[in-house]
Amino acid sequence: MTKIVDLPEGEFVLSGNRACAGCSLGIGLRAITKALDGQMVMTVPASCLTVLGGMYPVSSVTVPWINVAFASTAAAATGVAAGLRAMGRADGLTVLAMAGDGGTGDIGIQALSGAAERNEDFIYLCYDNEAYMNTGTQRSSHTPRGARTTTTWAGKRENPKDMPAIMEAHGIPYVASTSAVYPDDVYDKVAKARGIRGLRYIQMSTACPPGWGFDPRDTVRLGKLAVQTGLTVLYEVQNGVFGLTSASRTLAQAGRRRPVAELIAAQGRFKGMSDEDVGEIQAWIDSRWERFMAREADPAGH
Amino acid sequence: MTEAKKSAAKKKPAAAKSAKARAGATTVKAGKRRWDIEGIDDWGASRHELGATIPDAGNSVDNETGGWRTNVPTIDPAKCTGCMLCYFYCPDASIVIENDVATGVDLAHCKGCGICAAECPVDAITMSVEEKE
Repeated sequence: MTKIVDLPEGEFVLSGNRACAGCSLGIGLRAITKALDGQMVMTVPASCLTVLGGMYPVSSVTVPWINVAFASTAAAATGVAAGLRAMGRADGLTVLAMAGDGGTGDIGIQALSGAAERNEDFIYLCYDNEAYMNTGTQRSSHTPRGARTTTTWAGKRENPKDMPAIMEAHGIPYVASTSAVYPDDVYDKVAKARGIRGLRYIQMSTACPPGWGFDPRDTVRLGKLAVQTGLTVLYEVQNGVFGLTSASRTLAQAGRRRPVAELIAAQGRFKGMSDEDVGEIQAWIDSRWERFMAREADPAGH
Repeated sequence: MTEAKKSAAKKKPAAAKSAKARAGATTVKAGKRRWDIEGIDDWGASRHELGATIPDAGNSVDNETGGWRTNVPTIDPAKCTGCMLCYFYCPDASIVIENDVATGVDLAHCKGCGICAAECPVDAITMSVEEKE
């Protein structure tokens, strides 16, 4: 396990980008590009990531990057990977398809599912800020229950889609869940995925100050709190074998999760939620956590 | 931009020499660019690259986001233990590291989010309201 202090200092994501102050996507993307040592080609649909990476004619990344249509992230990555193979340049270069939660779970899911079924050779990384933040916070399939967005003004009624589980069901060689405020965990997972062939799916929770409604100084604190409550779970499934990682593993050993009410109270988007609703979310997290515990006890089962 | 800010901008972490820096990482300095985008709003279609390619990777360093800031961080290098949390948690790669300790902030680009001050385990970084010129 890499420690934060030991991460490489060389940067592939530079300052002067137009991401919001305190955006955890910048923290995560820096760790991702370091794990691939900049030896990569990215395909990116419309998302906050395009704002971070560069709005024409400005670019904040020093790696090749293709902006593609919303639904085609995985299709474009499939083509780039095939092109690199045809040119004899596939060795040493990793294709990274990277999209937001809406661009993955809603708009991009068919191209992604097709690529996973064919086990195409690229990493697909979904950064999950839990709504369409780039366009001003509209609900996505990853928005948590109770959250107010501009299209769920009384709070969303449904629980978020479990995209990593959907991807795991495709039988791909590597599925992982991580959080941008643990750049060491992000780094380790992307570095591991780099050494695997076939489609590798990583979902990265990405705390969003304006969309979630908190002071940007608290980005790291809130991202960590989400892990400490068991809402965000850091884990990986390699060839069907499950394992908790990093802070989630420590949390499982300690056995004491923080109540989700703390996380809800810290975010403006949950303002005015009833105790009953908070209780139902807690019960949902508890049952999910029990399933993770059962898998941790029997990693190859399921 | 003041002279002090200009000199702070030059001391970018990517430019700092470090044994840990990887060979593949690119150093991009603010200043003269190989792709001149002067007057781009008035360019005709034929002057743009095919596919709207940006041929100069990393030219965002010329885009100064320091003006977004309300609060400004101040680092006390004497207190710094070199844990590097501020450096890797900074979403904008704007912490200046010299000889393994945090010595300053790239004020041309720091957006003033305050993550560095909130996460510093030894309180070596403080935020204060910035006096605007």
